[in-house]
Amino acid sequence: MLADDPAFWRAGAISSTLVMLVVLIFLTADSLGKIRAGGANVPAYTVINKEIRYQFDADTNTYRPVIGGEQKLFGRTYNDEEASALIRKGKLVIQSRACIDCHTFFGNGAYYAPDLTKAWLDPAWEQMWMPMTQSGTREEAIVKFLMHPEQFPTWSRRMPNLKLTREEAEAVAAYLKWMASVETNGFPSHFGHIQTSR
Amino acid sequence: MYRSQRLALKYFVAAMALFGVMVVAGLLSATYFVRDGFLLNVLDFSIAKILHIDTLIIWLLMGFIGAVYWFLPTELERETEGIKLAEVMFYVFCAAVLIVAALFVFVQVGPGTESTLWLINQGRKYVEAPRWAAIGITLVVLVFVYNVVGTALKAKKVTGIMAVLIVDLVPLFGLYLVAFPAVTNMSEDLYWWWWLVHLWVEATWEILIGCIMALALMQLLGTSRRIVETWLYVEVALVLGTGILGLGHHYFWIGTPSYWLAIGGFFSALEPLPLLGMVVHAVYDAGTHHMKTTNKPAFWWMMAEAFGNFLGGGMWGFMMTLPQINLFTHGTQWTVSHGHFAFWGAYACGVIAVVYIALQKSRALDEVNGRPWKWSFALLNVGLIGMVGALLVAGMAQAFYERAIGGSTLQAFIEGQSNAWFVQGINARLAFGFVFAAGYAVLIYDLLSLGRRSAAEDVAGKRLAGGRA
Repeated sequence: MLADDPAFWRAGAISSTLVMLVVLIFLTADSLGKIRAGGANVPAYTVINKEIRYQFDADTNTYRPVIGGEQKLFGRTYNDEEASALIRKGKLVIQSRACIDCHTFFGNGAYYAPDLTKAWLDPAWEQMWMPMTQSGTREEAIVKFLMHPEQFPTWSRRMPNLKLTREEAEAVAAYLKWMASVETNGFPSHFGHIQTSR
Repeated sequence: MYRSQRLALKYFVAAMALFGVMVVAGLLSATYFVRDGFLLNVLDFSIAKILHIDTLIIWLLMGFIGAVYWFLPTELERETEGIKLAEVMFYVFCAAVLIVAALFVFVQVGPGTESTLWLINQGRKYVEAPRWAAIGITLVVLVFVYNVVGTALKAKKVTGIMAVLIVDLVPLFGLYLVAFPAVTNMSEDLYWWWWLVHLWVEATWEILIGCIMALALMQLLGTSRRIVETWLYVEVALVLGTGILGLGHHYFWIGTPSYWLAIGGFFSALEPLPLLGMVVHAVYDAGTHHMKTTNKPAFWWMMAEAFGNFLGGGMWGFMMTLPQINLFTHGTQWTVSHGHFAFWGAYACGVIAVVYIALQKSRALDEVNGRPWKWSFALLNVGLIGMVGALLVAGMAQAFYERAIGGSTLQAFIEGQSNAWFVQGINARLAFGFVFAAGYAVLIYDLLSLGRRSAAEDVAGKRLAGGRA
């Protein structure tokens, strides 16, 4: 019987693996084009100079990031090179402090602290931290919180002080702003919007 | 006994020791959820969690490597090629693990520069080990590949199982190289990171443990080579046929195009199939041998492996993998429930089974049985399933209240974490964690004392087992 013959299944194993690998390679080539900074799904780093919102889109039935008009970050506009350097620094800070081992990015990481995918757009910055830190802007509140989380607690579970310098905290704030602009197929659903009948 | 097998025993000792570190770090990690402010700014949650998941990866990897060094000389009927180098690399591996553990505990993190990634912490989940240590692990794996391929070449003999193993070692090594770069763009970073995590854990590791289980079955039950090889090919066809594109279930929300929703959903829904096949295989084999074996613990741990892999990896994964529900379950304790069950069922049980097989041979025991292994088997599995159930309750509450209702903001996160079901679940998880830890302690006692205990204890165990049969 054919099914009893190891050679039959060996051929099946080799062919199914090769077919799937080839498909994966094609999909990877396409995906990498769309997720590079400046690709269809991931805005260029200079998006930190723009206003970013997260709105319901009836066509796709999901929430999607919307890039608005000019909005300075730390009171200034960054050119290509400066924005790239700032975001690079932000990523290095995020890795060196192992942020992903408490938080999640795009839902990946550890589950001890909130998801940071759209954290830039969290209403808590304006409702809680801007008054608490006496800051005039969201990014300033983020920097103050990141540098001294122990001074601005919001819950009994606290964030440790990871000794970020001002420069490092600014880079992380910029990184969060850029990340909020990434098209994530609607995750997290209705972030920052109270669920009501639409 | 071959030198390669003596080296295997060393790997098993190291693996079991790291298993213990994982348990302790797990109990610690669970405590942070129960006691706010626990060790804050001293040893933060992130560090305990890194120790928990990194030791998990390392002890399983050491278990696999040990298992291959154990079976390789008997499969190819000669000493492992380059065994001296392999013995040196074992100590390199252990030294690197110890230094990295000390770094994580005492230095923890560093400034936001490249040198932190080289020397202290790479801050990428599962592969936090600094680059110098990652280079060390790469060398260990390279020598391991050389040992396996070199021995097969010298023996001028490649069995079906060896062929699958050798081909599998290529991606096992190649994918680990993803542990090195620090890509700025988080979408690109996670795209490649999932090649490492998914294609290791849900593809190459599955094949590797499949090879190890095939070798173990032949030794344990005397199953014919033709049968285990046929099943191994079936498994490879199904695991890679569904698992390679099953990778898509990690590409739903990281910035990747929306076609991954359909591709990832479809193929990951098929991923339980090979795992079901393994259950059928195990039950069939056990039945044809009327469950008669001289190594009861190894036999039952292999059964636990088959069922645990299917339930924990297959069913628990399928439950949350379709994009329509994953939108809400993603990144919650629901994932943690699946993660615990899957790693336990797919890999940990298999490694424990192989350790029992090796000990029977190395201590020349006619029969392995007694009372302690039953206690450890029961405590570990009850503890694990208890944790899985508790985390599932907590995860469901989190999915509903934080994700579905609250919209995943800070406020929604706090509401989810404060929900009574979540709190009860997370408390119960810690309680079952202690049950699991007790099972670990008995397991270690049993492994250390097998064949060395007073005869009275084993006779009592035998009588107990005989009375039931």
